[in-house]
Amino acid sequence: MDMINILTVLILAIFVGFEIITKVPPTLHTPLMSGSNAISGIAIVGAIIATKVSGEVGTWLGLIAVIFATINCVGGFMVTDRMLKMFKRK
Amino acid sequence: MQYTNIAYVLAAVLFILGIKKLSSPKTARTGNIISSIGMLIAIIATLISFELLDFKIIALGMIIGAIIGAIFAIRVEMTQMPQMVAIFNGFGGGASALVAAAEFFTKYGTSEQTMFLTGTIILSVFVGTLTLTGSFIAFGKLQGFISGQPIVFPGQKILNAFLALALLGLGTFVTISGIQDLNMFYGIIIIAALLGVTLTIPIGGADMPVVISLLNSYSGIAAASTGFVLMNNALIISGALVGASGFILTSIMCKGMNRSLTNVIFGAVGLQNDSSGGEAKQINYKSSTTDEAAMIMDAADKVIIVPGYGLAVAQAQHAVREVAEQLEAMGKKVLYAIHPVAGRMPGHMNVLLAEANVPYEQLKDLDEINSEFEDCDVAIVLGANDVVNPAARHDTSSPIYGMPILDVDKSRTVIINKRTMNPGFAGIQNELFGFENSIMVFGDAKEMLTALHKDLKELS
Repeated sequence: MDMINILTVLILAIFVGFEIITKVPPTLHTPLMSGSNAISGIAIVGAIIATKVSGEVGTWLGLIAVIFATINCVGGFMVTDRMLKMFKRK
Repeated sequence: MQYTNIAYVLAAVLFILGIKKLSSPKTARTGNIISSIGMLIAIIATLISFELLDFKIIALGMIIGAIIGAIFAIRVEMTQMPQMVAIFNGFGGGASALVAAAEFFTKYGTSEQTMFLTGTIILSVFVGTLTLTGSFIAFGKLQGFISGQPIVFPGQKILNAFLALALLGLGTFVTISGIQDLNMFYGIIIIAALLGVTLTIPIGGADMPVVISLLNSYSGIAAASTGFVLMNNALIISGALVGASGFILTSIMCKGMNRSLTNVIFGAVGLQNDSSGGEAKQINYKSSTTDEAAMIMDAADKVIIVPGYGLAVAQAQHAVREVAEQLEAMGKKVLYAIHPVAGRMPGHMNVLLAEANVPYEQLKDLDEINSEFEDCDVAIVLGANDVVNPAARHDTSSPIYGMPILDVDKSRTVIINKRTMNPGFAGIQNELFGFENSIMVFGDAKEMLTALHKDLKELS
């Protein structure tokens, strides 16, 4: 039953994604990409959990995963902000 | 545990609201901040709800990652944005693959290793690893570490097909039988890594926007499948959003180049020797100077600027804005026409012009601008070629036939700035250059615009 629930979540999220992303104007496609990049850094949640798993291998993999995902989150949000700051009206 | 899940739902809602606010440049910055708050909530919720976490390791990883990420974000130049996004895609895919791999080593050989779990782990590891190596190759190409030309060798397609089949076979076998041998798991990682490389190296420079968008989509798919591994809604929803975003951008880029996705991935277009019959007919063009261009512009009411990637290469964004401001001071209406593939990634040209303080209301995309050319006095084309070639509308034998173009030829006068008469990326001559209403002004875009600015000033 759990699997059906999680599949429902996935499918609904895909539909929501298509709805909101088609509304983003072409002018903002680069910030959209870097911003969604930052959001894919959500893997950090999994990475944090992974560091606690037993065994040295798991810890090391978790550590590297935390580093990678943090680069994504911090770098992604910061660079997106830097770009969006530049979009000015007259 | 229940509170953690509520926090994850909240984070997902904030991501959706954040992207929703990207629908206008006015609210976009707030949107990005909303998304980042969502991320913070998800991280804090995870940290406080799982017991026995090793905070030393987590803090170490976060500090290292934050420093690297911040350095990237602060130092990157806007022209380098494509490679930055490429490498970030790689980190995202890599993180997902590592999380899935860590889960595999924990559950390996225990009763918890179900077929569903093994299958989703393999999917995450496969997509994540492929994203990682593919993105690093894309980064290397864009940064100039590797040749931007397509790299092809005999039997490449057969090799790719073999690798893909091997991966599919091994993945299915391992999922159904449950892994008996760790070497099979390593085998999957190695094949996925190789496939990421062999699928990316044959893709040429101007096709890079498609590849980056596609890898963006993959990093989302990797995150979503890791969400299945961990049964975590936050990862599934975010992954689906990113996957959808990458997919939409990929199809916009393909449409902008009039190519199918399979053609981009397997076509290896852009090889120097690939151009056929481009020199068949000689074009008689009129060459002119900036002061003549200035005089034509002085008589105009409406001017549309068409920037291509040549403009960015010449670092002429500021120079073009100065010319535009001068024209506006002379009472003329100025607009910019941005083709979807004008830069090296979706929306790249807009960012480059925004950096040069061009107000975003003046930046018009293809659908908005094409009706504006009819009553336009002067269209000035800067370092763009294929995207303004009228052959795309009528010449069925042209390789770019059917590609959406900017109808600059409908303006009263077209001023084209190029370095030389060399053909564009598609390797074909542009009949526009020989049209009655076309004038060529040769030279470096920055120098030409600076001279034009000076000439316009003298006239006003």
